[in-house]
Amino acid sequence: MYRRTLLASAAALAMAAPAYAQDEPVTAGFIYVGPVGDGGWTYEHDQARLAVEEHFGDQVETIYQENVPEGADAERAITQMALSGADIIFTTSFGYMDPTIAVAEKFPDVKFEHATGYKTAENVAIYSSRFYEGRAVLGTIAGAMTETNQVGYIGSFPIPEVIRGINSAYIHAKKVNPDVEFNVVWAYTWFDPAKEADAARALIENGNDVILQHTDSTAPHSAAEEAGDVVTFGQASDMSEYAPFPRVSSIIDNWAPYYIDRVQAVIDGTWESTDTWGGIDSGMVGIGEITDAVPEEVRAQATEVMESIESGEYHPFTGPLNKQDGSVWLEEGETASDEDLLGMDFYVEGMTGEIPN
Amino acid sequence: MDLSSISPTLLVASIMVSATPILLAAIGEMVVEKSGVLNLGVEGMMITGAVVGFAVAVETGSPSMGFVVAALASALLSIVFGVLTQLLLSNQVATGLGLTLAGLGLSALIGKPYEGMRSPTLPRIDIPGLSDIPFFGRVLFGHDPMVYFGLGLVLAVWAFLKFTRAGLILRATGESHDSAHALGYKVVRIRLAAIFFGGACAGLGGAYLSLVRVPQWTEGMTAGAGWIALAIVVFASWRAGRVLIGAYLFGGVTVLQLNLQAAGVQVPVALLSASPYLVTILVLVIISARGQHGAPASLGRPFHASN
Repeated sequence: MYRRTLLASAAALAMAAPAYAQDEPVTAGFIYVGPVGDGGWTYEHDQARLAVEEHFGDQVETIYQENVPEGADAERAITQMALSGADIIFTTSFGYMDPTIAVAEKFPDVKFEHATGYKTAENVAIYSSRFYEGRAVLGTIAGAMTETNQVGYIGSFPIPEVIRGINSAYIHAKKVNPDVEFNVVWAYTWFDPAKEADAARALIENGNDVILQHTDSTAPHSAAEEAGDVVTFGQASDMSEYAPFPRVSSIIDNWAPYYIDRVQAVIDGTWESTDTWGGIDSGMVGIGEITDAVPEEVRAQATEVMESIESGEYHPFTGPLNKQDGSVWLEEGETASDEDLLGMDFYVEGMTGEIPN
Repeated sequence: MDLSSISPTLLVASIMVSATPILLAAIGEMVVEKSGVLNLGVEGMMITGAVVGFAVAVETGSPSMGFVVAALASALLSIVFGVLTQLLLSNQVATGLGLTLAGLGLSALIGKPYEGMRSPTLPRIDIPGLSDIPFFGRVLFGHDPMVYFGLGLVLAVWAFLKFTRAGLILRATGESHDSAHALGYKVVRIRLAAIFFGGACAGLGGAYLSLVRVPQWTEGMTAGAGWIALAIVVFASWRAGRVLIGAYLFGGVTVLQLNLQAAGVQVPVALLSASPYLVTILVLVIISARGQHGAPASLGRPFHASN
């Protein structure tokens, strides 16, 4: 009993004297789905982590664990990070959603930030980027660049995030090239260079001369380079080592401003569970340099799409748009609601193939 | 459903390429297990081979040199395992897992400066005349040398184990190390040699990934290939010929399902991806039901001459 009182009063003391709390560095933890050297998704999260360290100096310590599988083991990894004294934990993959919520229940004093999911709690915020805005730009380039009218798309998992990207790329490719067809291959992995290279090769052998990817490694670029005349796009990271060709442009995730903001909120004690979805205008989604391998007028077209999205005058999902089965999704001039986008589980009209479930 | 866009020639050729890394690693691991040692460090040795092979190929400009050094580096790493388990009698399972972790960390460290670089890759052998025969030309004569090396190695291992005295001694060591010891064979030395061979094979498999199949260096790029190699050995019930079948099955299913998807065929992707593992479990069940599982009797058991 005595000990408990002591702890309670110590806690009260700490609460009463917030200045004391600031002397202790805040620990920010990061859970990564791939290795920090993947050159894509995880690499960018880690760059943002380093940016946090640089911004705060001694005020903040960061810890991270890489290659954490999605699923049961994620819960163990997140728990361990919470136990080791992290004040805020960023879980950076869709598959960590349920584990994050589960661990957050057990650690009410730790703040959690889950990327690309949709479940929140009092101490769980979510954040994501409107990658589909970037995909609209890449889709425009893809549609214009394909000569066989076959565009290959390496999907990771059939989740709304990925399906949104496919639809956005397809709609905009179709705008500049009505004959374009998309062929989607589901790799069922975020990161497996050998499998990604195999998927790219399978697409190339089946006549696709433009490859878009929603997996994290640069392996598809190697496969495209080997084939010689296939166009690719950087995913999550610039992947500029394959520029100017096959990589002709890219979507770049920039998490640093958000991470710095959120860690600052923890330091200030103003952290609240929020739902952030930043796009091109907020800088969270960047478009990598469009190289000279892309003809001038296509570059101009793509830039125009990008600028109209950035200024807010154009939404990539603007009606009239039908679903794949022909039913009406958006009327003329109507734009998709965020709710629709977050739960997107259908292809738009014109897409072939079915979404596996 | 339109299958016409899939070219059977390219499909078979892709399967052969995709199966080669796991084939090389699995045939090496099979020899190790035949000698009675369970080395779970295949993944770690493969990725070490991948990074060393890549680095050497970039520095020297010679992919062949990359393969040679990769084999040596992984074999050297496997000798660490050998010394720990054979001379110091550490637990094989734990040491093997440790080897995987060490290999993954070591490779990330060595590989840092090589991320995003390109290496010279092995050219395909082109035999004028032969390579131009429709279908068979590309499938049989249009590969890089390592594909043939892998096939040759399977044949050599099969012949070695079946027909040579040394092969018989190796098998005897794996079945009953006490008897082999009583007959005067140097159990530890034989096992170290087998471990060395297994490490070299895993290194070649890893280097094939980073130099031919992907080809680039990315941290963690083996992504579980070493574990698949271990599964193949079990699937093959420790027989060289079946290792070949297993490797082509595992490699084949992956490539085939990707090709089917690319051609727009509806396939149960998740089920197909899991199928080689399901088949492995099935094979295990069948061979244990028959009461004779083909595993070397001394597999994983520590040996010391004093016992």
